[in-house]
Amino acid sequence: MKGTIFEKSRPGRSGFTLPAFDCEYERIPEQLLRGGPPLLPEVAEVDLVRHYTALSRESFGVDCGFYPLGSCTMKYNPKIGEDAAALSGFTDIHPLQPEDSAQGCLEALGTLGGYLCEITGMDAISLQPAAGAHGEFTGLSMIKAYLGATGHEEKKKVLVPDSAHGTNPASAVMAGFTVVSIPSAADGTVDLDALRGALGEDTAALMLTNPNTLGLFEKNIAAVAGMVHEVGGLLYYDGANLNAVMGITRPGDMGFDVMHLNLHKTFATPHGGGGPGSGPVACKSFLAPYLPGPVVDRTTQGFCLRQPKHSVGRVKAFNGNFLVCVRALAYLMTLGAAGVREAAENAVLNANYLLAKLRGTYDAPYGGRCMHEFVLSLEQLKKSTGIGATDIAKGLIDLGMHPPTVHFPLIVREAMMIEPTETESRETLDAAAEAMLRLYETARTDPGALRAAPSGSPVGRPDEAAAARNPVLRG
Amino acid sequence: MSYIPSTPEERLEMLGATGAQSMEDLFSAVPDHLRFKGLLDLPPAASEFEVISALKEMAGRNKVYQTWFRGAGSYRHYIPSVVRHLASRAEFVTAYTPYQAEISQGILQSIFEYQTLICELTGMDVSNAGVYDGAHAAAEACAMFADKNRPKVLAASTVKPMTAEVLRTYCRVAGRELEFFGAEDGKASSALLEQMLDTSVCCVYAEQPNFYGLVEDYGELTRAAHAAGAKMVIGSYPIALAVLKTPAEYGADAAVGEAQPLGMPPAFGGPYLGYMAVKAADARKLPGRIAGATVDAAGRTAYVLTLQAREQHIRREKASSNICSNQALCALTATVYCAAAGPGGLKEIAMRCVSLARYAARRISAVSGFSMMFEGFFFNEFVTRCPVDPAKLETKLAENDMLCGLPVQTEKGAGILWCLTERNTKDEIDRLVRLLGEVSA
Repeated sequence: MKGTIFEKSRPGRSGFTLPAFDCEYERIPEQLLRGGPPLLPEVAEVDLVRHYTALSRESFGVDCGFYPLGSCTMKYNPKIGEDAAALSGFTDIHPLQPEDSAQGCLEALGTLGGYLCEITGMDAISLQPAAGAHGEFTGLSMIKAYLGATGHEEKKKVLVPDSAHGTNPASAVMAGFTVVSIPSAADGTVDLDALRGALGEDTAALMLTNPNTLGLFEKNIAAVAGMVHEVGGLLYYDGANLNAVMGITRPGDMGFDVMHLNLHKTFATPHGGGGPGSGPVACKSFLAPYLPGPVVDRTTQGFCLRQPKHSVGRVKAFNGNFLVCVRALAYLMTLGAAGVREAAENAVLNANYLLAKLRGTYDAPYGGRCMHEFVLSLEQLKKSTGIGATDIAKGLIDLGMHPPTVHFPLIVREAMMIEPTETESRETLDAAAEAMLRLYETARTDPGALRAAPSGSPVGRPDEAAAARNPVLRG
Repeated sequence: MSYIPSTPEERLEMLGATGAQSMEDLFSAVPDHLRFKGLLDLPPAASEFEVISALKEMAGRNKVYQTWFRGAGSYRHYIPSVVRHLASRAEFVTAYTPYQAEISQGILQSIFEYQTLICELTGMDVSNAGVYDGAHAAAEACAMFADKNRPKVLAASTVKPMTAEVLRTYCRVAGRELEFFGAEDGKASSALLEQMLDTSVCCVYAEQPNFYGLVEDYGELTRAAHAAGAKMVIGSYPIALAVLKTPAEYGADAAVGEAQPLGMPPAFGGPYLGYMAVKAADARKLPGRIAGATVDAAGRTAYVLTLQAREQHIRREKASSNICSNQALCALTATVYCAAAGPGGLKEIAMRCVSLARYAARRISAVSGFSMMFEGFFFNEFVTRCPVDPAKLETKLAENDMLCGLPVQTEKGAGILWCLTERNTKDEIDRLVRLLGEVSA
């Protein structure tokens, strides 16, 4: 891409029109005026369109091809969601309209909230958080408020497995807790002895993703929940991997007390190149009074907003990322009860199918069976050829697919984390497997070619060290 | 319908390839006593036609007002058609965070352009890629400047109630103190601020304009904050920054705000976009994603996510923030909106806001009982008194397809917060004034 939109600016160009103005223009007091105008681009509409169309063509979404980015659940985003979110009866509603004039919005939120509680086995929900990490912060804030209200200020430690998403420990610190990292056992699940050793009177909570980031179901979850609850700690469920178990098992039934969901992962709302997402927080009834308010209630008079009794307070202005919620609602209405389970089953089937094709060649350190995603280690390949996870990822770009997540989870060396999702066909999975096997061969025969990859993209590997050393952060 | 391509036969064949005996077998790691038996209590699957019909009906149970006089943190501006079209490009919409730079240059460049835009509007040196909304941006900015020695945040009592509530939540949870300093005639008072400043204060937060639409003396507030060694954070209406003095010109250390007016519909509260920008020296304190320019091996300009040593996926519990997903598509929307409007268009929108608000204030305050609550320069919102029950006024205006200004409580009593944007017309204001005359009579 040559040049930013600012560099394409030419004085006097514009594509902007407004109606004739029939009011008097007023003056702003001199001392309140800015020194000079902001240097915004001056471009004609056609140039604006071509610039951003060109940028879009140097971007890659699920609509462009296979996107097996582990832990991100890049499933197809149904177009009907976009239509629903564009309805003027949703877009042109002020968030502070009188409740009787916004019944449709409240109904959408209330209905979605009910469905999500059913799927998770939880009793109450807030749709306010804007993203998964925002949900984590919210859920941990609720735990803190609950522990404070029940006289347990001494509980200051949050236990986080070493395989957890980086947001988990970061959120715990933001909520004022101390983080204790729990090592994983050889089989990739939580090490029960290590957990036992870390649990104590000062334990506030354990944060867990199930299935975990290795794509393994924490089969001892009932025992884990028992151990945490026994010391008066709470169990937090990171919903990033919920797609594996929708309709199969529910966090609420596993013993979790509070959780977030990622509507932009599990519930098929598009990720927008990094958001907006939505990270609702659901909980058991004893935590419901601590939810951020307001929450949606249904009464005989219709839907209304209500402030939970001991609410942790707002975590966001207004009512959450409403239009994202509308898309998720459209998705769940389309799938229905059977479709939700079918999605989870096929997500797990697709992952196992791809794993079966790769595990004879690539090292699958945690065995031949997985849930919705799996992790390969390229450590041996790296040792023998110098080609690691990053190089294979860059090679995949040249073969027309988005690379998997690399170098995560941190407990696996040269990790490559693959999540195909349920919305990919067998041909797509076959082609991806073929590409990966081909690159494995290339690593052995022509490693130089992979170190130089990608060669077909608009740019080659950027010099990231230089970017951080001499930051150029604006045009 | 689950958007699954494979047929039942294909699924069976794929299952065979995995070595599993059955679908059940694939879930053998899930203990039987934890299995959900039967079907979830959700409605049955519905066709696309049924779904969109039901959602249209639901949307129809909302009232879309023809004329708005309400803002208070969510504003209805005209969104040029080109904004929606470009921000709907599927390559942008269906992408994840641009972790793989070579395949994401378009998105990374759009973030870089967004950062440039925010720096231009605010006068600051460095912007991040955006956060959840304006209230969240204020909370993150205060967190950015807080430390053990300076754990206290002072915020003006005139900031938007939503911002105040989110600030309260974030400060309470993190164990930071938050206090509000008072106002005189609707404007944050630097004298009252000075009385509360001491060496425990990390930063001071005020909004431009404030909740009542008034422009405060940010220069004085900033001088007071700096004199006590505290940082100054100003939350600005981005369209106002087309004409009003920038946070940088006032000497602020961080500029934050709600970018919803830049091309995002009110949409019952979201998705919106929080912007955050700081001086160069504080760049590494910023939370969230930041895009930077560099080169590839061939010397071509390339964009990357940079300064990642601040972030959760690298630093875990030592990260500057937990932010992962932000509001990227909203940042793209804001950039396209500003490029579509251009400097002339944005200034014109701002001047129409100012001019219509002044005309409306003169006309409304001339109606008996609707006098102005405060003196002083306001941008596009202002508070008048209200001689009747606000609920009755809301109903009366609603009957005329008008969304009334927001009933508010101020330190000088109850009133109505009116808002005007370039979407309003002189004729709408004249009709409003006639209706106010009828209710006050």
